[in-house]
Amino acid sequence: MTNQFKFLYKTCIVLLAVLATMAMGAVILLAIGAPVLKTYAVIVFDPLKNIGLISEVLIRTIPLTIIALGIAVAYRSGIINIGAEGQMAMGILATTAVALALPDLPKPLLLPLVLIAGIAGGALWGAIPGLLKAKLQVSELLSTVMLNYIAEQFYTFCLRKPFLDPAEMTTGSGTPQSMRLTKNIWLTRFVSGTRLHTGIFIAIGFAIVIYLLLWKTPFGYKMRAAGSCERAARYGGINVAKYLVIAMVLSGGFAGLAGAVEICGVHHRAIQGITGGYGFSAIVVALFGGLHPAGIIPAAFFFGLLLVGGNMTQNAVGVPANMVQVLQGVIILVIVATQMILSNTYLMERIWRKTHKEASS
Amino acid sequence: MNIIVTVLSLAISSSVALLLASIGEMINQRAGIFNLGCEGIMSMGAFLGMLVPYAVGHGGDTPEIFNFLGLLAAMAMGALLGLFFALIVVTFRAPQGIAGIGLQMFGVGAAGTLFRHFVGGTQSVPGITTAPVPLLSRIPFAGQIFFSQNALVYLAFLLVPLSWYILFKTPWGLEVRAVGTHPRAADSIGINVTRIRYQSLAVGGALAGLAGAYLSLCQAKMFSDSIVSGRGFIAVALVYFGHWQPVKIMWGALLFSLAQTFQTIIQSYGINFPYEFAVMLPYVLVIVVLAFDRESQRLGPTALGVPFDREIRT
Repeated sequence: MTNQFKFLYKTCIVLLAVLATMAMGAVILLAIGAPVLKTYAVIVFDPLKNIGLISEVLIRTIPLTIIALGIAVAYRSGIINIGAEGQMAMGILATTAVALALPDLPKPLLLPLVLIAGIAGGALWGAIPGLLKAKLQVSELLSTVMLNYIAEQFYTFCLRKPFLDPAEMTTGSGTPQSMRLTKNIWLTRFVSGTRLHTGIFIAIGFAIVIYLLLWKTPFGYKMRAAGSCERAARYGGINVAKYLVIAMVLSGGFAGLAGAVEICGVHHRAIQGITGGYGFSAIVVALFGGLHPAGIIPAAFFFGLLLVGGNMTQNAVGVPANMVQVLQGVIILVIVATQMILSNTYLMERIWRKTHKEASS
Repeated sequence: MNIIVTVLSLAISSSVALLLASIGEMINQRAGIFNLGCEGIMSMGAFLGMLVPYAVGHGGDTPEIFNFLGLLAAMAMGALLGLFFALIVVTFRAPQGIAGIGLQMFGVGAAGTLFRHFVGGTQSVPGITTAPVPLLSRIPFAGQIFFSQNALVYLAFLLVPLSWYILFKTPWGLEVRAVGTHPRAADSIGINVTRIRYQSLAVGGALAGLAGAYLSLCQAKMFSDSIVSGRGFIAVALVYFGHWQPVKIMWGALLFSLAQTFQTIIQSYGINFPYEFAVMLPYVLVIVVLAFDRESQRLGPTALGVPFDREIRT
């Protein structure tokens, strides 16, 4: 088997995967009678039309990158975190609580404090499924999903009761949201006329940290070992259960940080719907980015594009924004299937023999 | 007394969606497939179930036959999605947990997309009305609780002994269990592992689709994005809770729907208790049960979640 053939084979598989994704999305698009290619074009190219839209894409890239980094850490350590949605909500609550309690602290002190609070909130919520898996062998798939629903309810409760904006109480409109938080926690918006905030540097910074942590330290090596082959890792003297919990705490912490950054950079108050599916989209981002920080940043940009583009399809071609969720689901399915096909060397060899025989005869 | 009757009859009728979905999931897991996409299949089922009668009657009176056709469409779509999942996890041998998340997102997203196009806003359908059993429904208390439900409720509870019979007393059931317990042994005596897994995913998907249609046609009588709201995931957890046994799963479904009706009681009787905590209850219960039911970790099908590859020696 030549290297040239291997490369060609892999390119073909990836191209087929892209086609399969687009075809499956097309099934839904055809069902609602929408122009298939035009819809895809709107989703991918329309958000790049002007600087305002690009900044919106980047704003969505920030939480997606941060959460996906956490999910990648967990995935590499052998635990699938689908609870980022709930961990992000808990991070937002912790951020809001600290900002409400200490509004008079100076910015250089308060801003790091609320970010740390966000991390702590998410990390605590992430620690629960980690401990449950390590100590009681509870499937993290089920526990994290359940914790999402619990966090969602707790979030609504907090916005409705303890954190409720006093102004809402007097006007009585009853929108469950907190008051506008102190300016001392706001992240600077550095491009005038857009909402793009300095959280983007936090995201890039943590991507570098994660790369160094996972690939350049013994600690990261042990985590990856625990994830890739549990039995071998245990034989090598690695306390797999410990690294499982640490991975979930880190993963939850990242989701919580994403929540804190959203509050400090975009919304400036806790309202409903901030998490808005970021936790699930980030799973796709992490997988699409090959579970590596260098892949996650462009992947997050791509899915930020999809999220912004998805909101534009309703006006442009009459396709509801939910279509993006369909595409994300399809992309997950195609990625996991494609990975298995690519790692199947037997299949590659069979195709090599077949094509080779045809060529010689 | 009146409250108790209301609560119990509500608990029974709302347990049906969980029961149908988790019996389907049990069949999947008995064949060794962990289908976390149940939630997505239920969403599509819920949408199609209401779409068929809505397209005919536009929310007004619809002949009963179209409700039935809605159920059939939901089951067909469920089976189709089950087969699609089989393609990914059986043929391509993708990891099942993460693939299930993909199917869930696909199903929920597709249902939302199609709903906005074909129906638009909140539209209700007459749905399936209750069909009290003659004579039996006149028994005091028990009649109101057990025999004044709609036809699907009786069907769902009939499915409990039926699925037990199929799983433990028929050749197909034996093959399903063999494939989920030791696929290599099953393969060595000529059972087609791939075929059985495809079949069980189709059956399980059809039941999940039916469960979704029950939600939209019998319970809510409408469709909304959050209609399933985690019931698909609870159904998966119920299979663990019920130790892969139909009867135990039935008790589990009843227990969880009782926990869900708690929230209805609080809201309708105006008890001063934050209702969010009442809504949380079933989800908390799932975690507690999974954490402290140590038995369920020993009793599961041994090949659960493990893709089977004939070519690889183990």
